[in-house]
Amino acid sequence: MKVHKLLFAGIITILVLCLVPGCSKKTEAPKPPIKIGAIFSVTGPAAKLGGPEKNTVLMIQDQINAAGGINGQMIEVIVEDDQGVEENTINALQKLIHRDNVVAIIGPTRSGNGIAAAPICEEAKVPLVSCAATLVQLYPGKDISKSMYRYVFKTPQNDSHCARTIYADCQKKGFTKVALITGTTAFGAAGRVELQTRASDFGITIVADETYPADATDLTPILTKIKSQNPQALINWSIVAAQGLIAGQMKQIDLNCQLYQSHGFGNPAYITEAAEGVLFPAGRLLVVDDIDSSNKQYSVLKKFKNDYETKFPDEEVSTFAGHGYDALWLVVNAIKANGADRESIRTGLEATKNFVGTAGVFNMSPTDHCGLADDAFAMVTVKGGSFRLVDAVQ
Amino acid sequence: MGKNNYIKCALFLIIIGFLPVFVSNQYYLSVLVFAGIYAIVAIGLSMLMGYAGQISLGHAGFFAIGGYTSAILTKFHNFHPLQAMIIGIVFTVFAALLVGLPSLRLRGHYLAMATLGFGEIIYVTSGAATGLTEGPSGFSGVPSIALAGFTIKSELSKFYLVWLVALIIMILSLNIIHSRIGRALRSIHGDEIASNAMGVNVAKYKIQVFVYSAALASIAGSLYVHHMRFVSPTGFNLNKSILFLIMIMSGGMGSLWGAVIGAAIFTLLPEFLGVFNDYDILMYGAILLGMMMFLPHGLTGLTTKIIQLVLSKWKTRTQNNP
Amino acid sequence: MGLDSYIQLFFSGITIGSIYAMVALGFLIIYSSTGIINLAQGEFVMLGGLIAVTCHHTLHFPMPLTFLVTVLLVTVIGTLFEITCIHPLKNPSVLGLIMITIAASILMRGIAMFIWGKEEHGIPTFSGDKSVSVIGASVPPQVFWILGVIFTVLIILFLISKYTLIGKAMRATAADRTAAHLVGINVRKIVLLSFAVSAGLGGVAGVVLTPMTLMSFDRGTPLALKGFCATVVGGLGNPAGTVIAGLLLGLIESFVTGLVSSHYKDVIALFILIIVLFVKPSGLFSKSEEAKLKKF
Repeated sequence: MKVHKLLFAGIITILVLCLVPGCSKKTEAPKPPIKIGAIFSVTGPAAKLGGPEKNTVLMIQDQINAAGGINGQMIEVIVEDDQGVEENTINALQKLIHRDNVVAIIGPTRSGNGIAAAPICEEAKVPLVSCAATLVQLYPGKDISKSMYRYVFKTPQNDSHCARTIYADCQKKGFTKVALITGTTAFGAAGRVELQTRASDFGITIVADETYPADATDLTPILTKIKSQNPQALINWSIVAAQGLIAGQMKQIDLNCQLYQSHGFGNPAYITEAAEGVLFPAGRLLVVDDIDSSNKQYSVLKKFKNDYETKFPDEEVSTFAGHGYDALWLVVNAIKANGADRESIRTGLEATKNFVGTAGVFNMSPTDHCGLADDAFAMVTVKGGSFRLVDAVQ
Repeated sequence: MGKNNYIKCALFLIIIGFLPVFVSNQYYLSVLVFAGIYAIVAIGLSMLMGYAGQISLGHAGFFAIGGYTSAILTKFHNFHPLQAMIIGIVFTVFAALLVGLPSLRLRGHYLAMATLGFGEIIYVTSGAATGLTEGPSGFSGVPSIALAGFTIKSELSKFYLVWLVALIIMILSLNIIHSRIGRALRSIHGDEIASNAMGVNVAKYKIQVFVYSAALASIAGSLYVHHMRFVSPTGFNLNKSILFLIMIMSGGMGSLWGAVIGAAIFTLLPEFLGVFNDYDILMYGAILLGMMMFLPHGLTGLTTKIIQLVLSKWKTRTQNNP
Repeated sequence: MGLDSYIQLFFSGITIGSIYAMVALGFLIIYSSTGIINLAQGEFVMLGGLIAVTCHHTLHFPMPLTFLVTVLLVTVIGTLFEITCIHPLKNPSVLGLIMITIAASILMRGIAMFIWGKEEHGIPTFSGDKSVSVIGASVPPQVFWILGVIFTVLIILFLISKYTLIGKAMRATAADRTAAHLVGINVRKIVLLSFAVSAGLGGVAGVVLTPMTLMSFDRGTPLALKGFCATVVGGLGNPAGTVIAGLLLGLIESFVTGLVSSHYKDVIALFILIIVLFVKPSGLFSKSEEAKLKKF
């Protein structure tokens, strides 16, 4: 019996030893670096989003430092993992604000975490550039009739941009009966509200409105129900795994209507044979090769995609990597323009004009802490095993 | 409550009093507030497991009822945090009776199964009942707790509040254990049939301790949302229930002090495991499994063992060298 | 809603239900011989799926070989789990053992994440994607594979337990461990075997399920939860009842989602669990006198 225990202890020790080299220390720079905090869901249910975000900010940190830093001063990005759980987000915020004394924070990844983080940063007067999509995180109490938080910004396009883009496309194609299916996450719930409230503006009737939990894998019962309502289009809005399965399961039960996905679909991992023909609004990062070289974003997107895929050869660049890119550069630009203290960064962020990022061109103002316009989205489809711009394919 | 426990309580008070002298950083204080909140749940759960021999896989559900009641009433209906906390306890007691009455009349671990179902139902409902709870995204802006006109907002004051509540609950629980109820509970854990034959109303005592532990979880839930100033379903799933059990097991079942230590360790541990990046779940599992296998009586069991070992060594030595 | 929709819902339900049944049976087998509720049961399904992914995509095994190798490996993992984590303990309490299975499930998830990463992985369906039309409903062929494989396994298991010596010994140990020991049954071997069979069942479920729903490191727990419900509803001691409970849970979930609403889908199984515990705690398919003798 001793042998078993020894064997077990041995296995554990080896495991530990395998992991230790993963955490090496960085070399000390002469001048103390500018510390920027980052909180992403590197593990947990939103790991597919948080992983690329983390990769991106660390890559950009290295690029900036290799180029001599900001006005000669290096930057250090301290990444915390919140696993998508708000309690961890709050702990991480406390850690970054009070222990590490960061000048600004980027992230978190998920909408719920963004809503939890915003009031804390506001109170501590630390600028937060969120990578979560939902617009309500910018307002106290999720109430968009109130005035915006002063210290909270975000990089992804608004849910309303996405809903409008999808409905406009429905209208163009003459669809009037659509079915909604959303994940029960903060992102899905926010999308559901947007879709519900905007349908009538486009003369669209919602014939089915279903939800599924984050760990759902079998959607066929829901799809069967939807099928009996004969919708002309089905809109799925979620960031969870099921969005990769839904196209295949629609084929399985012979539900043949146009499938729209939200901007949460912008991950190459979801490209499957069944997903051919899916339509979804996305930033142009996914379809760099299709966009015209005269486009403002062209060179930025081309360079970022190239950098990312060179550094991480197993991965294709995703929208979420882009959110990390935009957030960090917004902060870095604000530091360059205004100085590296919390208050100056806040003012700098708010004064951002014509910053060409991956999600679009940012023009912030005291009443707009997102700074993107509807044209930040383009309709994208899956064709021939890759994401393609709809306009370029047709 | 024995003399030993008076000394321990006094020591506990001193530690609480002086800890902020050494730990002044807000971040560490905030983590310690979480530890105190979990300690309150752990004390109750430890009584249920160690003394009534029952396991609950759904204490996150009671934690959630307390949390959501406090958050909703204080934010949207302008209740005083204390009022809201008490209403939360009332709801929780009601829910605990609903789950406990049918399942605790039976012998065996039916409570474990019923609470598992109950906890998950509360978790799913808190995400689905959007009209009441604002759904999966939760809401922020829960006011800070206020006592006698003072708003308890800084990390330091929250630290003192939470740990003083924990101390009061500890003293209360120790008194219960050393009373008639406690003796009855221990007899149940020893031999249920025998204690029944001796005239102990087994089911009654089991339900009482279960309801008590649920009420403590509810209080902790209220403190939790006032500390986070935010509430959402993610904090209340099965993982949280399992985390509570882990705290008890690692501290040592049946030892209330062990429960507090377990709560502190498993709140602080993940903060230090952060260095392992993506692989902290692997480390967490390994540490946990090792602990469960090699320290079946938890850390308090280990300390007792070490003390006994040292004492016996010392005794034999003094005997050999008169 | 037409007849075709009902047929469609029936097939969805019976498919996921048969997976629940496999997990539930795994719970039951270990519980019967040891009294442990093995909360790592769902991880065996997850490991089955992910090992199959490696066999098929990295090692390029053909599908039958993938199936065999995967089930064999998961069985070995289950056995090793018993040898390293459960067996070495002296005088363990049932609570302690349950906690160990929780810890093991977290560790297995961690290891799976370490090896396969966080993404979903898939393997191709066993025989194409062309749906078969059954009275108006279109049923993917993988559904028939899942049902076929699982029911074959169940029948083999039934025959073994009914007609072979080892099967009889397993049943005897389940009925009374001490008595089984007294009549000369090697209880130690039976316990080991029960872990092996449970893990194997999980492995089978994982391989057949993955082509339909993909697989990732965190899929085990939700499945374990549903399987656990089925075990309790079936009555913790009755294999046929457990299988029927699993199938029923799947069907009820599917029909409630399809006919009523999807918002509370995941509560249904748990709600049934609570109702059964309150109304007939011995389970739907077991005699209450039997249940009184249970330790857990």
